[in-house]
Amino acid sequence: MSESDNMNPQRPKTAAAPAPASRWAIELEKINKRFGAVHANKDIDLKVERGTIHGIVGENGAGKSTLMSILYGFYTADSGTIKVDGTERHITDSRHALALGIGMVHQHFMLVENFTVLENVVLGAEDSALIAPSLKRARAELERIEDEYNLVVDPDAVIEDISVGQQQRVEILKALYRGAQTLILDEPTGVLTPKEADDLFRVLETLRDQGKTVILITHKLREIMAITDSVSVMRQGEMVKTLTTSETNPEEIAELMVGRRVLLRVDKGPANPGKTLLEVKNLVVADDLGVVRVKDVSLSVRAGEIVGIAGVSGNGQSELLESVTGMRDQRSGTVVVNGRELSLKGDDGAARARAAGLAHVPEDRQHMGLVTTFEEWENAILGYQDAPEYGGGPFLDIEAARRKAAEQIKRFDVRPANNRLKTANFSGGNQQKIVLAREMGRDPDVLIVGQPTRGVDIGAIEFIHNQIIAMRDAGKAILLVSVELDEIRSLADRILVMFDGQIVGEADPATASEGEIGLMMAGISQSAAALEARP
Amino acid sequence: MDFQVILSILDATLRLSTPLLLACLAGLYSERAGVFDIGLEGKMLAAAFAAAAVAAVYGSMWLGLLAGMAVSLGTTLLQGVAAITLRGNQLIAAVAINMLAAGLTTFLGQTWFGQGGRTPALGPNGRFAPIELPFVAELSGIPILGPLYAEVISGHYLLVYIAFIMVPVTWFVLFRTRFGLRLRAVGENPKAVDTAGISVNRMRYQAIIITGLLAGIAGAYFSIAQGSGFGNNMTAGKGYIALAALIFAKWKPVPAMFTCLLFGFLDALQIRLQSARLPLIGEVPVQAIQALPYILTVILLAGFIGKAVGPKAGGVPYVKER
Repeated sequence: MSESDNMNPQRPKTAAAPAPASRWAIELEKINKRFGAVHANKDIDLKVERGTIHGIVGENGAGKSTLMSILYGFYTADSGTIKVDGTERHITDSRHALALGIGMVHQHFMLVENFTVLENVVLGAEDSALIAPSLKRARAELERIEDEYNLVVDPDAVIEDISVGQQQRVEILKALYRGAQTLILDEPTGVLTPKEADDLFRVLETLRDQGKTVILITHKLREIMAITDSVSVMRQGEMVKTLTTSETNPEEIAELMVGRRVLLRVDKGPANPGKTLLEVKNLVVADDLGVVRVKDVSLSVRAGEIVGIAGVSGNGQSELLESVTGMRDQRSGTVVVNGRELSLKGDDGAARARAAGLAHVPEDRQHMGLVTTFEEWENAILGYQDAPEYGGGPFLDIEAARRKAAEQIKRFDVRPANNRLKTANFSGGNQQKIVLAREMGRDPDVLIVGQPTRGVDIGAIEFIHNQIIAMRDAGKAILLVSVELDEIRSLADRILVMFDGQIVGEADPATASEGEIGLMMAGISQSAAALEARP
Repeated sequence: MDFQVILSILDATLRLSTPLLLACLAGLYSERAGVFDIGLEGKMLAAAFAAAAVAAVYGSMWLGLLAGMAVSLGTTLLQGVAAITLRGNQLIAAVAINMLAAGLTTFLGQTWFGQGGRTPALGPNGRFAPIELPFVAELSGIPILGPLYAEVISGHYLLVYIAFIMVPVTWFVLFRTRFGLRLRAVGENPKAVDTAGISVNRMRYQAIIITGLLAGIAGAYFSIAQGSGFGNNMTAGKGYIALAALIFAKWKPVPAMFTCLLFGFLDALQIRLQSARLPLIGEVPVQAIQALPYILTVILLAGFIGKAVGPKAGGVPYVKER
């Protein structure tokens, strides 16, 4: 796609679109919304031009999703006006928004998993008390929509059997079937492979060219630059600025999002790998249902090196991490840390792994890394609570623990700097810092990190990345798993690509293209991927 | 065993399956909509008492049936307010209903009628009488089928036929109507229903209203059809067995019917075995035989249910605001 196509605001409208009453599809004026003490939206103004793709960016908690939920009728604004096609409207609920032609594709799909595609499409939009006529009409209508927008999905497939990318198409079909003229997509690429994301963008461009309006909520600047016509930046509940995409650049947008200059690139020197500290040999791991999710994986990580595992989520990375860190029994295979084979079977596998010098920052910090109802200092020692410095015996040396927590808070700049605060009250980025501070603070030989910056704002991402690089430069072995390909590419010294429980290829981040890694993530072999990705 | 004995066991099977089936279908509506209901037992017990009390006082089975349904509906709505509107724990709300029903029926029975918690025996107008289906005489000449029709199919209470008619009706409602589509969706992913612009709580209330009415019929069946008056704890855990049948049938109406028939058959067999001497074993204590259906419930649930996956959103009150 060439960027210059997207700039022309006077794009010709197709005959199918209704005669526009206004140049603006959506106009929001002085929108305010509070949740208790949190002022989620402060006097927001936003105009979205018909027939364009309009991006909304901002860090977590900037109020993007709240604003769109107000537009979609999920929440009601405390004050402010909403105009749709130039007419002021009081959107009372989602059904009303749909009737006004506003459709939404949520970040977490709103699909009934054991229903067919067709049943999901008609749910809530049935014509009559019996569903047979509705299903018949929907089938015909879907065929028409599929032709018009090149959105192909099998109408009789059951949702739980189709890929995430396909499920997302069903969400888009649902909105179009209900006559959506404006389509809101909330972080749509988070769960997609790069290839699926490209497919989605092609669909969105077709929609725009057919006269629909698309609002894209995202935190990925690359997507904003690649596909939007204009972009609005939000920060801490306020609308900072609306820009024409072709006249801006990622650095400017990032600065507006964070409120200060940020380095988008990770600054790191070359790696100086030493001896092998972590070695995984022929690991086979099954999930809770007995399905083998890790199929004979072998890998090694040397001192002073970051090895990144790329892959679409759900391809065995979680099970691999859980097994190596002693949280899940392996079927077969061995894990060697610093020359000593770990015995990880049994309920205290994680404790033994820790004792052997392996620290773990789990993928899901709220469920595996923290007890969010505990005070911060309790989480700061969690997993190490039996260490002699915290008392060692049956009684806890609370003063020592709190001192340690205060040290960690200082070193990792956790805000607010209060170790008596309930952990749930810290933001995502600060919760992640609490986990990192705890795990890095024990000077482990090996650090296993899963999704280090998931749900973390840009400012904190920069800090966390620098901490990980510092660990590497201190001679530690780091195994990094992330679904964010950009993160893997900027942090890792070697990239392993995981697909369907296997390591399908290895790439050098300095030379491998995103396309090549993306194809491997979709299961295409390394040699074929290298060929196909060649320009 | 001769043919006559088989016929009489089958006849009893239908009779004993009926309250199970009604309760099972009642639970199906509620649980498919995402409201777990272990309160079927309490609703049936309350309905059984109300039906018998009203039928005894007014001498009308129809008023009795209506009273049973109304009381069951009332307790269901009470449970619904706690579990749906107030987002309380569904299990605890239901347990409360069970305890309330067990205590209140005995207490009110003793206060009003002074017969140790029982209601007065019902006269012929206060009780449902068996219905003779047409063509019994005409078909009697046909071997096997004739007696089968006369003994097993014909000659039941009206409520028995209603129970079995409710099976295809429920299937149709669930899988062929807009109401059913939404009801199933609300039990699987209420958020999807909410974002489609349908009120989750309203759907759930509609579902439990059906639950209440069906459980009411089931309860009335105990006291004004099968029995002629209410006795303490007369539902005897049938609400729990119905729930087991529902899980075993994976929340589907037709398998639910066959499961209830199986439980009913065991009950019928149990009654027949009480007076029989078994070869090798000799006379088995009555208590052991009576325990059979319950033991089977445990075995079925423990042995076969492992893989039964219920409605995904079951047991979770729906919260819209974050």
